[in-house]
Amino acid sequence: MIEVRGLTKRYGAKTAVDDLTFSIEPGKVTGFLGPNGAGKTTTMRCILGLDYPGEGTVAVDGKSYPDLAYPMREVGALLDAKAVHGGRSARNHLLCLAQTNSLPKRRVAEVLELVGLTEVAGKRSKGFSLGMSQRLGIAGTLLGDPKVLMFDEPVNGLDPEGILWIRNLMRALAAEGRTVFVSSHLMSEMEHTADHLIVIGRGKLIADCTMSEFIAGSSGASVRVRTPSAEEFVRAITAQGGTAVTDEDGSIEVRGMTTEQLGDLAFSEGIRLHELTTVRASLEEAFMELTASSVEYRADVPGAQQPSTTIGSGV
Amino acid sequence: MATITTSDVRLHTLPPAAGRAGLRGALASEFTKLRSVRSTYWALGALLIVSIGVGALVMGGESGSLTHNPGNKAGFDGTQVSLIPFFEIGQLIIGVLGALTITSEYSTGMIRTSLTAMPRRGVVYAAKAIVFTCVTLVFSLITSFVAFFVGQAMVASTGVGASLFGTVKIPANAIFNGPGSPGSPPKVTLQGIDVISASTVLRAVVGTALFVTLVALIAFSLGAIIRHTAGAIATVIGLMFIIPVVIQTLPDNWRWDITRFFPDAAGRVISVTVPGGGDPHLWSSWPQMIVTACYAVGLLAIGAYMFRKRDA
Repeated sequence: MIEVRGLTKRYGAKTAVDDLTFSIEPGKVTGFLGPNGAGKTTTMRCILGLDYPGEGTVAVDGKSYPDLAYPMREVGALLDAKAVHGGRSARNHLLCLAQTNSLPKRRVAEVLELVGLTEVAGKRSKGFSLGMSQRLGIAGTLLGDPKVLMFDEPVNGLDPEGILWIRNLMRALAAEGRTVFVSSHLMSEMEHTADHLIVIGRGKLIADCTMSEFIAGSSGASVRVRTPSAEEFVRAITAQGGTAVTDEDGSIEVRGMTTEQLGDLAFSEGIRLHELTTVRASLEEAFMELTASSVEYRADVPGAQQPSTTIGSGV
Repeated sequence: MATITTSDVRLHTLPPAAGRAGLRGALASEFTKLRSVRSTYWALGALLIVSIGVGALVMGGESGSLTHNPGNKAGFDGTQVSLIPFFEIGQLIIGVLGALTITSEYSTGMIRTSLTAMPRRGVVYAAKAIVFTCVTLVFSLITSFVAFFVGQAMVASTGVGASLFGTVKIPANAIFNGPGSPGSPPKVTLQGIDVISASTVLRAVVGTALFVTLVALIAFSLGAIIRHTAGAIATVIGLMFIIPVVIQTLPDNWRWDITRFFPDAAGRVISVTVPGGGDPHLWSSWPQMIVTACYAVGLLAIGAYMFRKRDA
């Protein structure tokens, strides 16, 4: 259980996190979502005591992080997989972490085995690929068998296999009753892993809801219709109380009517249809809609189109 | 919280722990950190090789000079000469290691991982300082003694080498009586006797190792304050080597009053064994060492404050 109350953090004149309040429940994956620069990493750094909050409080199981008796037994956190001394071997890196919390030495070999790094345990981590570094970082978080796990953008830059591995790991950890708190700027990533969502933009809370609430709250479904008699059909739809918008490519986007209603209408009007599809607003669109006003660094490219729905769905 | 079943591997349940993570674990961790990176071995190896090797070369040269010109035997401080490479170059090498002990955590980002594992920063800082000080002290003592013994072996035939096991008497003054016949040393008369006791030599050998350790701690503290390797090392060089040179350019009556307040001065006093061989404008060995120690303790405290206060 992580509780953030009124957290505010400023760096100079810039407010990175602005009066943020939320709590993270055990036993599920909570996605922490926001555009780049929204304050996700800062929030996590404040939870871990790396940065000191300007105002507000942060508690892990009712205690501030530095007050936990054995922090690694309570919280396993990976903010940056490359935050290791590259000259140290994987085994010694994990050993020096384990020793701080008086964890048994054999634990190092166990977590190395778990993440599949046993063969390179004696190698200096300088030469590790991003995927291997990520696994080493995750091995570190599991050393203390913690109840709470925090990952900051864990799939950034990983190949599909690595992404799948991390996704399954997070699900498995949550299934064991652990609290998993994972940040991402990719909605599509959360779609597959998160039960609960916390969305922030420009340091402010935008949404704190379950995944299904988030989807329901978005602008909802529409139906795409393609027909050779577009004008005639639009008139018919409007007459039935639906709203129809003709797109540039000639297809019609209909709201307020189901595919069944539209199919029946076309049949009774004697109109031929070439396509009749339900278009569900993807999470990515819902996310874009929600955070559109809070994207911090926007590139205004002359003639650029509105972001298409494929942005960020690299998985 | 027992099993993580993402693969065939199962983690064993951890034994329950009483108390809380503290200094003991942090000390073990910091020792692992120090012994598991190459820079430690490079620095300690360089300390030994440079201090002992250059010391031997210097003393070899002195041996020739003492043989060819016996006048040089007067007031010859074999202990100090054998230790000069150690406290002049060695302090810089060990200072680099001291700065790196902290700055490498920041340059690699490891500090964030370290402080997540052990968020009580005072404990982390203390553990780092203790482990580094102990390792440095041990290696400084070894270096100092070996450099001394090797150095004295090089001048053993001249009869003015220093000893840790008995009192050594060397001539105090040399009177030049004109050049000798071609190919032979100049004519000199050696007068008076300087008595150098073993305890004085021991003070110089041990004291020089302590001085180098204090300089290493100053470098460590500057590392914690500055957090950049190059910046910290440059500051150490400035404090220990540049400022003393700048002071030399000041008018005599000014610099005689202020040199004793700088941390490098102790090195020039603690290694002296010949009566009257030191700088008359400095305090004696131990008071001068206290000055250096004040710098070390003061900077260590400032470093601790900043290590705790700043965002990591």
